[in-house]
Amino acid sequence: MNEVPLTHILFVSTALFFIGMYGLFTRKNLITMLMSIELLLNSVNINFVAFNKYLFPDKLDGVFFTIFIITIAAAEAAVAIAIIINLYRSHKSIDVEDATELKF
Amino acid sequence: MNYLILIPLLPFATSVLLGLFGRKYFKTSSGIIATASLLASAILSLVTAYNYFFVSGKVNGSYQKIIALQYNWLQFSPNVSIDMGIILDPISVMMIVIVTFISLMVHIFSWGYMKGETRFATYYAFLSLFTFSMLGLVLSSNIFQVYIFWELVGVSSYLLIGFYYNKPSAVAASKKAFIVTRFADFGFLIGILIMGFYGGTLDISTLIERLTSTQSTEFISISTASFLGISALTWGLTLVFIGGAGKSAMFPLHVWLPDAMEGPTPVSALIHAATMVVAGVYLVARLFPIFSMDIAALNIVTWVGASSALIAAVIACTQTDIKRVLAYSTMSQLGYMMFALGIARNEGESSVGYTASMFHLFTHAFFKSLLFLGAGAVIHLVHSNDMKDMGGLRKRMPLTHLSFLIACLAIAGIPPFAGFFSKEEILLAAFQTNKIIYFLALFTAALTAFYMFRLYFSIFWNNTSKSSKVFEAEHGHEGTISMKLPLIILSGCTLVAGFVPFSKFVTADGAPLETHFSIIFSIAPVVLSVLAILIAANLYKTHNEKPAKIAASLGTFYKVVTRKLYIDEAYVFITKKVIFNFLGRPAAWIDRNIIDGCVNGLAYVTATTSNAIKVVQSGRIQNYALYFFGGIAGLAIVFIYWWK
Repeated sequence: MNEVPLTHILFVSTALFFIGMYGLFTRKNLITMLMSIELLLNSVNINFVAFNKYLFPDKLDGVFFTIFIITIAAAEAAVAIAIIINLYRSHKSIDVEDATELKF
Repeated sequence: MNYLILIPLLPFATSVLLGLFGRKYFKTSSGIIATASLLASAILSLVTAYNYFFVSGKVNGSYQKIIALQYNWLQFSPNVSIDMGIILDPISVMMIVIVTFISLMVHIFSWGYMKGETRFATYYAFLSLFTFSMLGLVLSSNIFQVYIFWELVGVSSYLLIGFYYNKPSAVAASKKAFIVTRFADFGFLIGILIMGFYGGTLDISTLIERLTSTQSTEFISISTASFLGISALTWGLTLVFIGGAGKSAMFPLHVWLPDAMEGPTPVSALIHAATMVVAGVYLVARLFPIFSMDIAALNIVTWVGASSALIAAVIACTQTDIKRVLAYSTMSQLGYMMFALGIARNEGESSVGYTASMFHLFTHAFFKSLLFLGAGAVIHLVHSNDMKDMGGLRKRMPLTHLSFLIACLAIAGIPPFAGFFSKEEILLAAFQTNKIIYFLALFTAALTAFYMFRLYFSIFWNNTSKSSKVFEAEHGHEGTISMKLPLIILSGCTLVAGFVPFSKFVTADGAPLETHFSIIFSIAPVVLSVLAILIAANLYKTHNEKPAKIAASLGTFYKVVTRKLYIDEAYVFITKKVIFNFLGRPAAWIDRNIIDGCVNGLAYVTATTSNAIKVVQSGRIQNYALYFFGGIAGLAIVFIYWWK
């Protein structure tokens, strides 16, 4: 069977990464920004798995890292959503432009 | 020997107990608690003294130094450590007896004197703290331990002088005492460091052993090293002596002692007459074997002592505050002890000055504390320190009158009272070694008799100068039994203390010394003293114009002496005009402009920078994320293209 080359997969992950970054910088809704961050993380996951498969097929380090990142992402999502809910309670909005009190 | 540690620790425990809980729980019973614990400590001291002098102290016919306790406290290196220990030798045993005994008398006297004082418990706490520190000082086996307790007695003296802290003059006096003695202690510390550096140890016995044998490497190194052409040994000893001179109120560091009379009178009796002020004499005596290796240092001790004795006696003749007269007489007697040490040498016959000095310390403690307690009783009745407010008190206070008379006769050196014997011995030592010192001492002795009897006649006779204060006191009483008892006991001691065969017990090398006592020799001082007493009686027994006329005929001299030779003014001039202007002001300028300038400059730079960059802190998360990614991208470029 004809294998997919590594570069193809890297193209996908890079695209995913920059889509995530674009979303993080342009969206004003905090939930959407959180989703963008998930995209960033998952692009990294793809990289890990791909490099593990193509460069060191007999090792499992990359896969383990992926699992770690997924776990941390889950925890991070929980924390972020808790923050967002609290922000909503106090500001009645989840627009990132409305929460700029923390400045000089 | 383990009970020894209790002697200083009992007063310490009392002091902690009364200091922490006294005001609440022992408001009236604190006097009894403190006195009881001190009584126990005094009995233990007496037992120790008996054991030492008659049972265990003597080996091969001479008294040994016994290290009764040794505890390793701070170990700096295998060879150098600061130990805490208890040393027993004739002078330390004598001192613990004096300290506990006089302190006990003062504790009892204070029941009556300080009655009704709001800080009664605190007073006893301070008194116990002082007793603890003084006992620790005399029992120290390590010179650094001496220094620690030395500072502790300084602190307790400060606390007690400033006991009436709402009186500005008392506050000023306590500060003055502390600063002057502290200034002198700086010399002491440097002296300790010099001796410790060359001697390689801080332990007193070892130090003495090493620095007194001319062959030892330590002695050779300390006597060959020199600074400004003077050997390190002389420097070290002189600096140690400066510390002692500060505590013992030697000229010109005596200025604090007369002012220290602002404290309660029993405190003056204990601290500024009998115990703390002799610490300097004790220190020189403690290190006497080393002092005797260096004639230059001994000469300094001699001349400082003799001049202090004379100057103080001259000033005392003009003062009118009775406590100040006593303070100057204390200084004068301390001068006696100092020069007696200075003229002594370490071997055999020539060490008679050492014994004489310690003997005078011993007898002086009794009659001087008696004088102060008597003065306290008088002040308690008259409510004034000034002898102009007194007169004709002999019928009103017969007991005080009698004890005061005994003490005056003792200090004037009239046989058979205590002061006669010790003073004769000092004069004899002076006569054998240095005739100039002898004549100075003889003149001082006559002056002493004169001013003491001027004081005596002004207080107890001379009732024509009756002022309103005496009239007020007409209905007063002599004092409670607790005030009379110490006077009686101390009078008894003053009568018998002179007959103690002192030279058998306390000598420079521990071996008993035969003192030759000839009646012919003592004719001159006694006749002079009697003459001085007669002059004083003529001038002050009844109110007349003669003293004023004599004062007028002496003119400027009298005025200068009355103002205490302008020494206080000289100090003020030196500090305020010279040190403040030429040292203080430039230092302040450097501090304000250069040091503060640097610090302010730094703060200014920081503030401006942070002002400039604070706009970055916009509060927008997306901006931060952008900076973050920018930073990562920048680092990536750096690492990929430059950092190959």
